Amino acid sequence: MVASNTIDRGRTLLREQPVLALAGVAGAVLVLDLLARLAGVEVPLVGDRTFGGSLGMGRFGGLLWNGIIVGLIFGLAGIGLSMTYSILNFANFSHGDLVTTGAFTGWGAALLVAGWGVADVGHLLLVRPGSGANPNEIGASIAQAPLSILIGAAVAAVATVVVAVAIDRAVYKPMRDRGGIALLIASIGVALALRYVIQFVYGSRNRGVTSTQDVNATVLGITIDLHEATLVLVAAGLMLGMHLMLQRTKLGKAMRAMADNKDLALVTGIPTERVVTATWVLGGALAGVAGYLYVLERGTIEFNLGWFLLLFIFAAVILGGIGSIYGAIAGGFVIGFVHEVSLIWVPSDFNAAAAFTIMILVLLYRPQGLFGGVTTA
Amino acid sequence: MSDAPLQVRDLKKTFGGIVAVDGASFEVEAGSLTGLIGPNGAGKSTTFNCITGAHTPDSGTVVFQGEDITGRRPDQIANRGLVRTFQIARELEEMTVLENLMLAPKGQLGEQLWRSVTPIARGEVIEQEAELRERVWETLDFFEIDHIAHDEAGTLSGGQRKLLEMARAMMTDPDLLLLDEPLAGVNPTLEEKLLDRIHELRGQGYTFLLVEHDMDVIMDNCEHVIVMHQGSVLAEGEPEVVQSDDRVIEAYLGEIDV
Amino acid sequence: MSADGSNDPDADAPGPDAEGPSADGPADLAAYLRAEVAATDFRIVVATMLAVYALFAVFTLLAGGGLNTLGSTWVRLTFLFAAYAILSLALNLHWGYTGLFNIGVAGFMGVGVYTMAVLSTPPDAISGMGLGLPLPVGIVGGMLAAALVGLVAAVPALRLRADYLAIVTLGLSEIIRLTLNSATLSGWTIATFGFGTGGGSGIDLPARPTDALLDTVVGTALVDVLDPTITASVLRRSLWVLVMIGFVIGIYVLLARVGNSPFGRVLKAIREDELVAQSLGKDTRWFKIKVFMLGCALMGLGGILWQGSQGYVSPDSFRPIVTFYVFVAVIIGGSGSNTGSLVGSILFVGLLFEGPRTFGNIVSNAVSLPSAPGTFAGAVAPLASLDVTPLLSYLVGNISAFRFILLGVVLILIIQKRPDGVLGHRTETAAAIDLDRPAANGGGNDE
Ligand SMILES: Nc1ncnc2c1ncn2[C@@H]1O[C@H](COP(=O)(O)OP(=O)(O)OP(=O)(O)O)[C@@H](O)[C@H]1O
Ligand SMILES: [Mg+2]
Repeated sequence: MVASNTIDRGRTLLREQPVLALAGVAGAVLVLDLLARLAGVEVPLVGDRTFGGSLGMGRFGGLLWNGIIVGLIFGLAGIGLSMTYSILNFANFSHGDLVTTGAFTGWGAALLVAGWGVADVGHLLLVRPGSGANPNEIGASIAQAPLSILIGAAVAAVATVVVAVAIDRAVYKPMRDRGGIALLIASIGVALALRYVIQFVYGSRNRGVTSTQDVNATVLGITIDLHEATLVLVAAGLMLGMHLMLQRTKLGKAMRAMADNKDLALVTGIPTERVVTATWVLGGALAGVAGYLYVLERGTIEFNLGWFLLLFIFAAVILGGIGSIYGAIAGGFVIGFVHEVSLIWVPSDFNAAAAFTIMILVLLYRPQGLFGGVTTA
Repeated sequence: MSDAPLQVRDLKKTFGGIVAVDGASFEVEAGSLTGLIGPNGAGKSTTFNCITGAHTPDSGTVVFQGEDITGRRPDQIANRGLVRTFQIARELEEMTVLENLMLAPKGQLGEQLWRSVTPIARGEVIEQEAELRERVWETLDFFEIDHIAHDEAGTLSGGQRKLLEMARAMMTDPDLLLLDEPLAGVNPTLEEKLLDRIHELRGQGYTFLLVEHDMDVIMDNCEHVIVMHQGSVLAEGEPEVVQSDDRVIEAYLGEIDV
Repeated sequence: MSADGSNDPDADAPGPDAEGPSADGPADLAAYLRAEVAATDFRIVVATMLAVYALFAVFTLLAGGGLNTLGSTWVRLTFLFAAYAILSLALNLHWGYTGLFNIGVAGFMGVGVYTMAVLSTPPDAISGMGLGLPLPVGIVGGMLAAALVGLVAAVPALRLRADYLAIVTLGLSEIIRLTLNSATLSGWTIATFGFGTGGGSGIDLPARPTDALLDTVVGTALVDVLDPTITASVLRRSLWVLVMIGFVIGIYVLLARVGNSPFGRVLKAIREDELVAQSLGKDTRWFKIKVFMLGCALMGLGGILWQGSQGYVSPDSFRPIVTFYVFVAVIIGGSGSNTGSLVGSILFVGLLFEGPRTFGNIVSNAVSLPSAPGTFAGAVAPLASLDVTPLLSYLVGNISAFRFILLGVVLILIIQKRPDGVLGHRTETAAAIDLDRPAANGGGNDE
């Protein structure tokens, strides 16, 4: 009974959405292959290709953990992108550069606090633009200077909000009545200008930031990287906070209403400009913190870091369904896992392409996102 | 089986929870001028959309000239000779009135990319363009919009847009024309003239299905009237009969739901 | 623009002439006026170009450069004008005419250039490995490959909303670049088929065919005559630039014909309101697929003539920023206008792309500034003691960052204040003939 139902549904899907059905089958094969690899089963196919193989639990666990880490970054940054996309009605191509803004401003503050007296203020505030004290001398790590790391996160949020709101006032506000494409093009202009202002001020060098001393701790026999642990805690905390804000507060409800239907919100008298500002404040803060945490985890910083993340963030948002913050979070994890776990099958110069391919397929065949059709924030 | 060119059976269309068309069935006789009336929201425009392929109906069939066209693409339906106008005029804003009309005719050689760029074939395209231009100017003169021929359609007034819309539909040389409130916003003299022209075209064998809110227009011009209410056909027949139908009166007064 | 939109220099005459012998006065006058207006269009392009040449002549003279430097500068400018002109004409066909918001231009260029390279690069190149086929095979192959990739993208993607199409094409262009960048893939194709892209280290390209001209008897004689004033290298590059200008004119004429035809009319209608076009019986899917393929082929060609003509190319040349450059050029000129695309390309290259850098060079040469401080902190700290020179020299030293900031700001300002581009709102009528009331008809035949 159940089986025949499933078959029926499969048939319908095959007829109505052949590509999606194909993708489902491919996904199932990959999962089986993964299980076979984990179990160490290997079935020879054509040539030197095999089904299954061997994959240590340790490596798999490592990939999954990496997937969670990058997934949280994509998701955290994606929340803001998703909100601006649905509430302001345009794809914001400068979102990645807001992420970069947060990374630089936040780390400038963190280094300043952690390295006070070790190096001159310019060197610290500009996040080591040239030669000078090295990261370990400055000592910005969660183990050595936890306070500086937290202050940095707060500064990242505040500074990014200031930048985001200022840009909104100068660029997007005069264009509120224009179509999504005009705004999109404007956002490309913003992206260029912002990225190169950052380069102008902070320089173009890719450099180390965090101190690596004492960041590995052993808890219950497992070695964990304290910076990664911090990232997971902070990101999860912010996501939870976002959830509470949207469900419990009046502002959150207004934002959900506007994400669903801007005209309706206009009619029912929700002060839209206030909601728009709130969108930039929340989205900007999360983007800034996401950039800051990303640097905390990878240890280095450069001026186009956010721009390189942009397509992944878009992928997360699209996968989750534009306008849904839960979707953005879930989409972040999916893209994060695809990015990392796909390494089992594809060489490392193709895992980004795999993530983009999935994004394109979703846009083509399931533009409402993977998780249902409702776009309620 | 009747031989009416347009046969609509049990048409149904829902949007989310709203049932816009709920099992509407009717026929339009060849060479007739049929009126389709009904209160606001009765589902007239949605019926047009389902007939012409702009929407896919949830269920039901549409038969045009003996062929089932349900769910076909709009261009396939239009090319079979069933052409519609839109209630809210959809002029091509940044195209001039002339371009709007030149766009419409079927079978334009120059719509093939290779013909429009290869030297000798382009000569034929140019010849055909000259012929079309003659027809376009005749149509412009008839609809009295020749003085705005070079204006961009986005700059026209509401009434002018309606005229443009109808003129453009006529340029496709259709067999059956679905007109969604073509007279809204058109001045009375022109309205007369338009109706005259519609009668004239009917004489030549064209068929019309006309949505119109002005009862007098319907009563004076249509020989057959279909009344829609809440998505289905409430009554149909000759104007006088329909006009005195109690259910129709009630539906229009909105006092009871049928 | 003339009423029949004959914005190609060659079409202003045939347009009115071809349609009938109505040789009475008014028609002649109209034809004359049309020719005049069309010529004005051409003049706008030439005047813009001359103005930019003049500006750079002043720059060069100020910097103390000689005739050879000036020639070299002009050749470089013209090279970039032509490259951007081809790409913006192609993008204008997609976006300006049809409303297809394609921001994957760089990807299609990459497909064109790499296909050409793989077909025509000799098998013994230092980096990458080609099949060594004749260059024309490579060029045609590159265009076909770009068109085919366009087809594969177009079939599912062209029904998407404009912003989704934008994201899909950007994603596709990045996938293409990452694929070209893959060492694994290149190694595998070399092992299996005997050709490869060279991965991140790039691929060597066949020589420009025009270079050989200077080795002929006439060529060497010319070099000898000009040598001290104009060097052989400038001469060699200018020959190629002439070829590119030929392509620009050809593509312009082609696209003007595409636009001024019933085909172009349907494209415009699709841009304005696709449902209307469909309701008038146009199968818009095919129009979109064809126009997308044509535009992609031209993007491939543009890539080949530009990035493909410099002896070597790497996937880095196809970053999304290139697409945005082309977009800026189209937007400056006003999307929807072929003439605008040309003017936009010239202004973009002259004022935004090359201008700031050249200007920076002049300033740094003229005002012997101290060497630039290494960091922004070093530049602003002396401000406390009212010393602005470090900041100035930092500015000049980082003029390239400044150029991008300028680019972004200009893009924002144009889209905010002048969305129709510098030439303002233009109507280029989409028809193969002049649509005025035919004079022979006498006009007003109704009442
Ligand atoms: N695209 C749509 N999405 C959701 N609801 C729709 C849509 N189109 C129509 N409706 C709804 O379907 C119902 C029928 O609308 P329709 O436009 O067909 O009525 P109508 O008879 O043409 O009315 P009017 O005389 O006002 O033009 C209405 O309740 C309308 O709100
Ligand atoms: Mg209606």
